Amino acid sequence: MSTSDQLTAARGTGPTPAGPAVAGTTSNGAPGGVIHDIGYQRYTGVRLGRRHVVGALYAHSLRTAFGLGRSAKAKIFPWFIVGVVVAAAAGLVAVRAQIGQVLLSYAQFADTMSWLVIFFVAVVAPELVSRDLGSGVLPLYFSRPLRLVDYPLAKFAALATAVFMLLGAPQLVMFLGGAFTTDAGWSGVWDEVTDLAPGLAYAVLWAGVFSAIGLAVASVTGKRAFAAGGIVAVFLMTTPIGGVLSVLPSVTANQLAGLVAPSSLVQGTGIWLFRDALITEAGTGLDTGGFGPLYGLVTVVLIAGCIAALIARYRKAARR
Amino acid sequence: MTLIATDALTKTYGGRVTALADLTVEVQPGIVGLVGANGAGKSTLIKILLGLLAPTSGQARVLGLDPTTDADAVRARVGYMPENDCLPPDLSAAEFVTHLGRISGLPRAAARERASEALRHVGLYEERYRQIGGYSTGMKQRVKLAQALVHDPDLLLLDEPTNGLDPAGRDAMLALVHRIGAEFGISVLVCSHLLGEVERICDSLIAIDGGRLLRSAQLSDMTTASDVLAIEVSEGTEALAARLAAADLPVSREGQLLLVPAETGSDVYDRILTAVVELDLPLHRLDQRRHRVAELFATTEDSRVNV
Repeated sequence: MSTSDQLTAARGTGPTPAGPAVAGTTSNGAPGGVIHDIGYQRYTGVRLGRRHVVGALYAHSLRTAFGLGRSAKAKIFPWFIVGVVVAAAAGLVAVRAQIGQVLLSYAQFADTMSWLVIFFVAVVAPELVSRDLGSGVLPLYFSRPLRLVDYPLAKFAALATAVFMLLGAPQLVMFLGGAFTTDAGWSGVWDEVTDLAPGLAYAVLWAGVFSAIGLAVASVTGKRAFAAGGIVAVFLMTTPIGGVLSVLPSVTANQLAGLVAPSSLVQGTGIWLFRDALITEAGTGLDTGGFGPLYGLVTVVLIAGCIAALIARYRKAARR
Repeated sequence: MTLIATDALTKTYGGRVTALADLTVEVQPGIVGLVGANGAGKSTLIKILLGLLAPTSGQARVLGLDPTTDADAVRARVGYMPENDCLPPDLSAAEFVTHLGRISGLPRAAARERASEALRHVGLYEERYRQIGGYSTGMKQRVKLAQALVHDPDLLLLDEPTNGLDPAGRDAMLALVHRIGAEFGISVLVCSHLLGEVERICDSLIAIDGGRLLRSAQLSDMTTASDVLAIEVSEGTEALAARLAAADLPVSREGQLLLVPAETGSDVYDRILTAVVELDLPLHRLDQRRHRVAELFATTEDSRVNV
């Protein structure tokens, strides 16, 4: 109903057309002026609870990760990375269809794409948290019915989902390719499913570790360029340290070397959990010896520690 | 219902810096001015009222709720406009205010609808689809006000809403705040370090200094007698004062200004202008202003010094 309709309706239900000339005010002094009320209308609809609010923040952040609802410029990088990984997956499908050989398992695909994941996190994590810090928008969130932990946890969930989708989507392409070209019928499709499952679980591991570290680093600064540099530095500078440790003349040091760098930490944990999916040829892959559970433990502690640091960071930011 | 009530509210940072000291005040619904110099504790009070800071001792109640234990419920019914920049440059005002409406608990469609309503009420129409980065300071202040209004709060907390605005922008913003309080039926707490600014729109005033309450008062009983006309001429001030006194106008002197109570008579403007014309003086300005409130606070401060 348009404004003029409401006006007409309000006049129509007025006392009498022949009443006092001042429409909208009644003689008993009460604000009977329906006409005056059309300016501002109070909201009487439903107000959703905290769960929905966090859901809205999560959905908004996930869209932001892929540049949705933003300028075309913000879409270039994430979709370039998505394009590369999907194209790589499509290439693997094509090769497999042609020569009938599986070059990479689903889980190994994630390992191969590790540097792309690092760059994705380095660009998207600052987009999610540094931007809000830099523009000073946080007080607007914290003055709304959110709890302090909700903001960092929603951001973590959104980035982890984005990384998982980045690694999961190409695996899905590989799965469809494998399932449609299989010669073994339904049992062949089922074989693909059992191969895909550890691949996706491994992607979850990647997403958890890389998102936690990326956000913890990015939340330190409101400048996106610094945040991106810091994230790349953390991921890439730790690798040489692990490299040095892995050539020391001590088997224990070699087997523990992977703990130093995030990528090899994830690989070590992956080998402990899904050895068959990651090591398809004997003698390849990271040698973790009997330290597999330790890799798993360090992974869990690292994710928890980064999230705790993130929450502590926002606890401080909310008070300012 | 009492809008805001504090009882011996005290906040110290690290045991050394005292931001609020033993503040006890009770505020009724309406437009309330919170006046104090920078660092007087205005922002600290707002953060406590929002439940973002816990008081060191004492109690606060907002809309009958305790913000330290019921922060969610308080924040759902309160809108907050911070003092500093708080807008992302690369989003449009429509998108941004819609998003914050959802964070305040509005469903998606309602958030979109109320966001454009709120932006319309603050005076942003087609511009709302442009990126905020290209907005003027005045437009940004309006977006900040719109995001505080989007979820239809019962109380607005505005921290220095006229910050960075030119005189025309200040007047427009104050008129808008007054409209929200008077027509929308939303209570407003306006923080400012400029008494002259908030006294124009407020029903009551709270003045704090160094975290202590200077004075809390309703303005209704004093506004009727508060209007004065200020006259400034670039020369011949004495002659004009004498002429006005001879014309039975109770004139007083304040620096370069001559002050005449506005309620002296309906023809007071004419009589002043006649006097100026007859003396052939260059008139700089002749305007109406409120005066008593500033005096009221000034005398309170004086008496405090004497104690």
